[in-house]
Amino acid sequence: MSALTFNLKKRTDQRVDMSPLVCQKLEGMAPADIGSIELQCGKLKLRADELFSISGEATSHIIIAGSFSKLDFIGKELQEGSITVEGDVGAYLGQSMKSGRIHVSGNAGLYAGCEMKNGLLQVDGDAGDFVGAALPGNKQGMKGGTILVKGNAADRVGDHMRRGAILIEGNVGDYCGSRMVAGTIAVMGQSGRYLGYAMRRGTLLMWNKPALPATFSDCGSHTLAFLPMLFKSFAELNSKFADADVAFNRVQRFGGDLAETGKGEVLVRL
Amino acid sequence: MIINGVSIDDTFAEAFPMKGTRAIITAQNEKWAMISAQAMTGFATSVIACGCEAGIERVLDPSETPDGRPGVSIMIFAMGGKGLAKQLETRAGQCVLTSPTSALFAGIDEGKQIPLGKNLRYFGDGFQIAKKINGKRYWRVPVMDGEFLTEATTAQVESVGGGNFLVLAESQPQALAACEAAIEEMRKIPNVIMPFPGGVVRSGSKVGSKYPALGASTNDAFCPTLKGVTKTDLSPEIESVMEIVIDGLSKEDIDKAMRVGIQAVCDLGAENGIKRISAGNYGGKLGPFHFHLREIMA
Repeated sequence: MSALTFNLKKRTDQRVDMSPLVCQKLEGMAPADIGSIELQCGKLKLRADELFSISGEATSHIIIAGSFSKLDFIGKELQEGSITVEGDVGAYLGQSMKSGRIHVSGNAGLYAGCEMKNGLLQVDGDAGDFVGAALPGNKQGMKGGTILVKGNAADRVGDHMRRGAILIEGNVGDYCGSRMVAGTIAVMGQSGRYLGYAMRRGTLLMWNKPALPATFSDCGSHTLAFLPMLFKSFAELNSKFADADVAFNRVQRFGGDLAETGKGEVLVRL
Repeated sequence: MIINGVSIDDTFAEAFPMKGTRAIITAQNEKWAMISAQAMTGFATSVIACGCEAGIERVLDPSETPDGRPGVSIMIFAMGGKGLAKQLETRAGQCVLTSPTSALFAGIDEGKQIPLGKNLRYFGDGFQIAKKINGKRYWRVPVMDGEFLTEATTAQVESVGGGNFLVLAESQPQALAACEAAIEEMRKIPNVIMPFPGGVVRSGSKVGSKYPALGASTNDAFCPTLKGVTKTDLSPEIESVMEIVIDGLSKEDIDKAMRVGIQAVCDLGAENGIKRISAGNYGGKLGPFHFHLREIMA
């Protein structure tokens, strides 16, 4: 069976809630029924077949072609299956996804992978603010799985993150790892201001020495045994992180944020 | 049955169900992984007084270990799951956590999970860090030489303990040489350990004693110095008997180990003073696993 493909017919002026078009919700549905699904677009409701030409049957693999930056909530609560997006996506990509894979060839908006629980979310372009973060008012962000951003990520990456890994091949903005509860964020590029602001636990793994707040203290240089295992776990990714040559186990360790509990760490490659 | 002049008794070894587990110890080099493994499996020859039976299974190449360092796999067996978990944790805490550069990992994934480093983490006094990598939870415990990395749990599986055979020889050096040859071959078999010192036990026991407080005592029927004063099982030319005890993850694993061990002994043959191979049992009434020597060597 070929992948269930949604080919965008026209770009809307208003944002579109794509959350109904997720693998487990479409399983077993006839093509006509899928076409009749109503999607919220601003204050209007549009039928899926008004917005997309639909082909293919395999609901376990969805392709969204011609996507653009106003398609929100793609892959929300995804459970099993995979979603491939050709183009950009809007906000809340893969929100609370439970398993499966989402691959976006373009850029992602705000809150990509927010509160995700498991699975793999890959963005080939750049990602907006609050990657893997908690929704406003919530206390726990991402709780598991892996987010891979091959471009840059904006501010507040992993805000309130609880578990899992966020891998950024490019640069990150300000407040990376802010209020982090636990988990791992790895950044190959440069980082902005207030790295690890109010983080409680967790690991920020940096390829380049960041400008750290005064509330982080130098714990010296160390060889850490868990790092080779961590890198090995990235081996299956289509990413620079999978390259054995980028792995290291020698780091400068900074403990913080001492304005919080101080049990977090920033590990900088030596 | 006679192999190379060695008579194989028409008897069987009687073994028992046990709970078993495996752990992998790694270190900066093989020397320190082995030191830690030897400490962890020390004083673990018999459940009678040690609480468990443990031994080194084999040395692991760095390519076989989770952290890519030289390692040693060890196995621990106990009569019950509770006892196994307690022994594993106590030994890991005192012998691996304390050993320089060591790290500790699960050696079996499938089965009931029991704590490996799950509770040792509290040694970190709040500075310990959890990392979940590929679905497995690890703990990084800060220690004076850096960090002690340990997997949170390992699996407990149904196992078999007490497979054995006896080597009856014309002299003590000949019995020992035969057992050494057997152990060398048996250590190549996976999933088994020989828990006694060097894999060999010279004080095989029988059930019961003239002293009421003792549940077991010397196996006088196989003691060569008592040939004339007890109901002996030894012929006049036998001057020394040694036993090899095997614990394994399955009956088939013990079968294999016994086969290669007995074969190694028989390869030395009668010309090197090896006269008989026998086995220890309790009449077949206590243990559900019976290893018939002649079937194994057929």
